[in-house]
Order: sequence, then structure tokens, then C-alpha cells
Amino acid sequence: MAVPVLAGLMGTLIPALDGGFHRLAAWPGLRAAMGLSLVTGFVATVLSLTIALLLTAALYGVPAFAWVQRLLAPVLALPHAAAALGLAFLLAPSGWIARALSPWATGWEVPPDLLTLNDPAGVALILGLVVKEVPFLLLMILSALPQTDAARRMMLCRTLGYGRLRGFALTVLPALYPQLRLPVYAVLTYSMTAVESALILGPTLPPSLSAQVVLWMNAPDLKGQGLAAAGAVVQLALVIGALIVWRAGEILCRVFLTLLAVTGRRGLWLDPFADLMARAMGIALALTMAAALAGLALWSVAGPWQFPDAVPQNLTFATWSRALPDLRDSAGVTLGIAMLSTFAALALVLGCLQAEHRFALHPGAGALWLLYLPLVMPQVAFLPGVQMLALQAGLDGTMLSVALLHLVFVLPYVFLSLSAPFRAWDTRIATAAAALGASPSRVFWRLRLPMLLSPVLTAAAVGMAVSIGQYLPTLIAGAGRVETVTTAAVALASGGNRRLIGAYGLLQMLLPALGFVVALALPALVWRNRRGMLA
Amino acid sequence: MDRRRFGQLTALFALGVTLPRLAFAAAAWEAVLAEARGQTVYWHAWGGDPKINDFIAWVGEQAQAQYGVTLEHVKLASTADAVAQVLAERDAGKTTGGAVDLIWINGENFAAMKAAGLLHGPFAESLPNWPLVDVAGKPAVVTDFTLLTEGFESPWAMAQLVFEYDAARVATPPRSVKALADWAAAHPGRFTYPQPPDYLGTTFLKQVLYGVMADPSVLQTPVEDATYAAQVAPLWDYLDALHPHLWRAAQAFPQNEPALGQLLADAEVDIAFAFNPGRASAEIAAGNLPETVRTVTFDGGTIGNASFVAIPFNANARAGAQVVANLILSPEVQARAQDPAILGFQTVLNLAALTPEDRARFDALALGVATLSPADLGPALLEPHASWMTRIAADWGTRYGVAQ
Repeated sequence: MAVPVLAGLMGTLIPALDGGFHRLAAWPGLRAAMGLSLVTGFVATVLSLTIALLLTAALYGVPAFAWVQRLLAPVLALPHAAAALGLAFLLAPSGWIARALSPWATGWEVPPDLLTLNDPAGVALILGLVVKEVPFLLLMILSALPQTDAARRMMLCRTLGYGRLRGFALTVLPALYPQLRLPVYAVLTYSMTAVESALILGPTLPPSLSAQVVLWMNAPDLKGQGLAAAGAVVQLALVIGALIVWRAGEILCRVFLTLLAVTGRRGLWLDPFADLMARAMGIALALTMAAALAGLALWSVAGPWQFPDAVPQNLTFATWSRALPDLRDSAGVTLGIAMLSTFAALALVLGCLQAEHRFALHPGAGALWLLYLPLVMPQVAFLPGVQMLALQAGLDGTMLSVALLHLVFVLPYVFLSLSAPFRAWDTRIATAAAALGASPSRVFWRLRLPMLLSPVLTAAAVGMAVSIGQYLPTLIAGAGRVETVTTAAVALASGGNRRLIGAYGLLQMLLPALGFVVALALPALVWRNRRGMLA
Repeated sequence: MDRRRFGQLTALFALGVTLPRLAFAAAAWEAVLAEARGQTVYWHAWGGDPKINDFIAWVGEQAQAQYGVTLEHVKLASTADAVAQVLAERDAGKTTGGAVDLIWINGENFAAMKAAGLLHGPFAESLPNWPLVDVAGKPAVVTDFTLLTEGFESPWAMAQLVFEYDAARVATPPRSVKALADWAAAHPGRFTYPQPPDYLGTTFLKQVLYGVMADPSVLQTPVEDATYAAQVAPLWDYLDALHPHLWRAAQAFPQNEPALGQLLADAEVDIAFAFNPGRASAEIAAGNLPETVRTVTFDGGTIGNASFVAIPFNANARAGAQVVANLILSPEVQARAQDPAILGFQTVLNLAALTPEDRARFDALALGVATLSPADLGPALLEPHASWMTRIAADWGTRYGVAQ
């Protein structure tokens, strides 16, 4: 696990030390790019977490919440680049909102010269990140909630006269957050290091550090490599610093919540306000995402569509009939790689967790960080080194080598989404079973695994989505010879053609969405007579 | 000895030397063809344009049918990905059986690979179709950004900078660098250029250099530190004056050629530009641009260059790659590439050197509604030495790229 990452990092450090840091320090945009990474990363993470928790607190158990759950799957599976482009088309001065209002309401015959995208403060970028990260966090919350016994905690709070929000914050959150911690760290890391979203929605004078690193990587004169490597190392330090600050924030919040609990105030007045906020934000996010998706979908069947027409002049399936043969070929490869890496990851994670449980091992923070390394490390920082390793081992250019490299990224996500529910499983059940004569492996296969069906399937779906979404690792391990839906889509996206991006984005979404549908539907089917298993 | 006799003698002598060489070349090519049969060629080429992807797929069908060579298009988001692959293979000591057989390349990527010894060659000038290439009329086919190709890459398409404008909103488009600045000042927010170091953005800067420099001929030699600052000062003066009138007041720039093209399609700008004179017609035909879009070039000419294919030093299917490079130079393939309904790329061949039947393939092509005829396209200005591009892109970044 750590070998490819550390070897890759070595491969990055060497060019970075070779004058890279010196040139990076001389780059006048460094401070602005670092600041941008930090600010957009923190603001997006705080907003995403707040919204996700607020939605859960205010709507948990309410019919509207089930509705939110159903919306999650497609949004989660939408690739970041496609989501960003859909959002960009919505918000641009020539975008869908402006088109719908022009010229009758605005008087605009041509688009106004407004800086709604790529704004210097990064507002559009933050919005783009929040729209994608809230569903991810919600899914993580949903898979963790059943293990926290949330319903009974909330009920107890209510009998004591606490408000919904206050009760959630004081009783459910302390049990929920430890399970949510790693996903939150992943969100913070991702928000700070996002490349596609940053290039499409974020400012470009200068762009955020991670986006700039990729631009340097792609510099044609081969001299950008040292600079890119140095930038990647600084980015890594930035992420680690941010995680430390976040950890400090967690401690502060804990102290605050403890003090709040001691006051004994019931906080009833908060509820109407929180309920309104949650509904408003939930609806706003859902509408934004739905409109962005609808925009992509409409573009994929659009004939000529000029400003200020609110809809295309006519509809055509030309784009789809062009894209489908390509996709048919690559969809099988994509699914094969995703399943291979996800099954391997599931087996490894379950094996580790079970061993940890049986032999009462306590993985130290170091082990966790090791596992977590591929997520914290900007991909560009260690992938070139990985490539070197694969070449020397003669391991490049096959589906197997692609699946192997995907495993490096799939494993942490699978671990992330599975470890907390796995550990939170009530071991008294195992004790009871053992008392009835069941062997540990029988307990695992007949009790623990079936009871954890929902989190296991969710973890598998997340793993599949992660594998399907990989671009750079696929290209590097596959030596360009293994074409997946995503490598085809990203290459086409570089042409900026909205129709093709719409078609590919939707299809790219379809494969992982199937996984999420299974993850939500199968437990509902299997446990239709076991209400307690369905949270 | 009179001059006529001498001429005859030298002609005879030349014949005596050439004939065996021709026979030798023919035999050598036969050997290449034999080796290539059954090989699979991985062509790493930008995959961002479905028209180009379809064209490459068609070339693959021809290669299979005519030579038994299988062509696989590895669709890249950036040519640098392929360069990085070859570089990594060399660093890992993989000197044979490399993953990349053929790269679509030019300019700095070529200069970097050639300087690092990452290319196989020379091969281009011994391809059977090489004599058809218009070396005299299109010097850019053997000089890539002033660097002599020396047979290390083979040309396959000509490109020239053309400005695209919507005639419904722009009655008389500007036809010089200075006129463009005046137009932009009169129409604030309606023009922009891709953010350097994007290649189209730097091409725009080079075009401006040609228009504002006292002596543009120095662009053909490498940058000299002593004189650089004074030589490019007019460029910065020009941009300082232009930027307040640009789209978004130069607080944001489109990232690349497709993004700029999208701005024109969305009517966010009135004038854009592209490196393919046939792009506007093809995009109109595809329904992406309004039918009122037309193209124009500058009075003194615009920057022109060629696209090439090169073979990495460790290519696995070296023979197959040469067969494909030769196939792309055939009149049939070149005429298809020039068809505005297919690609609209200008040919690299000398039409006068073709047989009448082959020439007819080109004569039969329609020009496309927004495409300029070769006569109207005007002269193609030579690409400056690559060192100018590197230097100017870096300085642009320092001056304008870190505004916040």
C-alpha cells in the first residue's frame, strides 16, 4: 500500500530537489495559489459538513429525508469534471439561467460581461465543490447512522425536552463524528487538491496550487517537471497543515458542545430556523444539481442552441449515436477493472478488520496515515514515480496493472466507508453467538457480514465509483493501451464540446450509479422484514 | 568540354548514382512493409475532437486493408502525457518495446524530445511519399518552430492562424494587430485570447509581436538576453492598453482553443481565432457555430505551422509506424483531411507534383462557407524560435498571470 506511494514520492522529490523549490519560491503567484487552495478547501469543507449535518439533524426520519437519499446515487456518480461543466453552463453569463431570462426580463441580446465564473474569490469553485461533497458526506452519514442508534438517542432527547437540532448535536453527533472523521478528511483533502473543478470554475490568475501543478506537469518543454514536483510537495505540506488545523477545530467544537450540554438549555427555538434552513438548502442544492444535470442531458441531444434561446432549436440523437459504439467497447473494460480492484479492496479491508477484531489489535495512528496516504497525497506528486516502478517491473499496459494501481486509491475509500460501521457493530452479538457454540468464522459469515450488508455494499459502490473515475492512474498504468469510459471522456472533455461532455458525463454516471442503486435497493429488499436493519 | 556535354554527363552520372539508390530504397521499403504486416501501431494523439478521432479511425481502416497494420488511437488530453510516457520509459531503461509507436507532435514537444534523444530517425525523408511533400512551397514542413526537423518527424497537416468573427455583429473585422486593439477599445468585453502558456494564447502573442516589433526577423533566431527586454517592450505596451477592454476586463481568460471557440458559439465574444482555417466551416456544419460566422486573416499574414508525426526511439512497432506515417502522406488521405466536411486541414503536398487523378481529388473539394481560399488566406508567417515562446509565456505569467 505504502510502497507505491512512497516510491512515487521519492520519484517526485528527486526532481523537486533539483532546483524545483528554488524556482517555485521565485514564482510570484505562489502565495496567492496557496491561499486559494486553503480558503476554498476550508470553506467548501465547512459548508459541506454543516449542510450535510443540518440536513440530517432536521430531516432525519422525515419523509423528505428518504427523498434526499434517493437523489444521492446519481449525483455521487457524476464525474467531477462533468458536474463542474454542468454547473458552469448554468451560471455563466451565457448560461441557462441567463438564457431563460433573456431577453424578455433582462434585455440582454448578447450575454453580459459579468464575472460569474472564475471569480477571484473562488465562490463558483466553492459552490461546485459543495454541490459534489454534500452528497458524499450524506451517504457516509447514512451508512454510519444505523450503528449510532440515532433514533433512540433522538427519542430520549425529545422526552427530556430538547429541541431536534440541539438533541442531535449533543447525543448523535458525538457518536457519529468519529465514524465520519476520515470521510471529512478526504473531503478536505479533495477540496484543496481538486484539479478539474478548479480549472473550470475557479480563478486562473493564478489558479489554485494543485491546478497549477498539473499545468506545469503538462508543460511541453519538460522543464516544468521539477517545478511541478516542488509544487506537489508544497501542496502536500499544505494539506497536512490543514488537517492539523482541522483536528484542532474538532477539539474546540468538542469543548464547545460539552459546555453547551452543561448549560442544560433545550434550544427549542433553534428548530423552526434549522428546519427552514435545511429545507431551503436541500432544495437549493438539489435544484442546482438537477438543473446542471438537465443542462448536460439537454446539450447531449441538442441541435443548434444559441444565446438567448432557452431551449435548443431542435433535438437530435447524432451525439449519442456517435458516442455509443465507443462506449460499448470501453464499458466492459471499465467495469472489469472496477470489479477487480473493488473485490480485492473489500477482501483486504474485511480481512484486516476481522483480524483486528479477533486478535484485539489496535492499529496505531501511523497505520491509518499509511493507508490514508494515497488520498492525502496529490496524485501528481507520486504517480510519475509509480510509473517508473511499474515500468521497471514490466507491469505496465495490462488491465491487471491498471486494476492494481486503482487498488491503491480504492482501498482507502473502501476502508474509509467500511471501517467505522464494522467496528461499531455491537460485539455482544458475537459474544452471544459464541456462547451458543458458533466459531468466529461462522459469526463473521453468518452474522457480522449479513448485518453489515448495507455498509459493505455502499463501500463497494464507492470503490467502484472511485475506480471508474480514475484518469491519470489508468493512463499511466495502462500505458495508454487500456481505454476506459473515463479516459475516453476526459480526452473528449479537453475539446470542450458540451454535447459530447453531456453524453459521456451521463453515461459515465450510469455505471457507478448502478452500483449505488444496488447498495440502496438490495438491503431494502433483503431486510424488508427487518425494520431495525434499515435505520 | 562545352556546357551541354557537361550537363549530359552530370545527368548521366546522377542517373547512375540515383538508379541503384532508388532500387535500394525500394527494396528497403519492401522490407519495412514486410516487417510492418501484422504489427499493431499505438498512435498517441489528442482525442478532444470527434472529427479528428473519426478521421484517425478511418486511417486505421486503410492501414489494415492496404498494409495489414492495425492502428490503435490512444486518445490523449494532452500530448505531454505521451512525452512523459516515453521519458519515463527511457529513465526506467526500457529501450525497446515501448508503449508509444507514433505521436502527433510539433513545436516545443518535438524540440524537447529531439534534444533529449527520445526520437527514432531520421525516417521521414526516406518515406516513398516524401517526394510529393511541398518542401519548397511550405517550408514549415521541414522547419518546426525554426528547428530543422532533419527527418525526425513527418508532416501531415498545415495550420494557419485565422480570426473568426460573427458577421451578424461585426461588419468590418480588423485586419491588423493595431486595428484589432482599436476595435477592442470600441467594443469592450467582446474579445479575448486563451491564457498563456496555452499554445493558441502564445500564438496570439507571437502574432502581436510580428505586428508591433521594430524588426520581426530577429524572431527567427534564439532570444538574446541583452536585447530581449527592449525588443518585446512594444508587446507589453500593447497588452497593457488592450487588457482593460478584453472580455471580463482580463480578470479571467479562456483556458484553451476549445474554450475560446465556445465563447464565440455562446456569443460571449464577437471575434475569436483558431489554428485551423477550416474549423469555422466544420463547426457551422456541425451546428456549433451560427451560420453567420466568417474568417479573416491579417494584411501582413498570420502565423502558420505544420502538424507532424514522430516515432519514439524505443517504439515497439517502428516499421508499422513508418507505414502509417507514409500512408498519411498519400494523396487519398491528404484529400480526405482537407475535405471541410471531414477535417478541413490544409494539405502538406505539392499539388503540382501529383498525378492528374490525384490532383482531381483536391480540385473536387468544396471550400466551406466560412473558409478562405488559399489566395485569400494570405502569407503564412514563420513560427518564431521556440525560445521566444518559452520566455514570453513565462513573462506573461509574471505580468498578468498572478493579478490577484
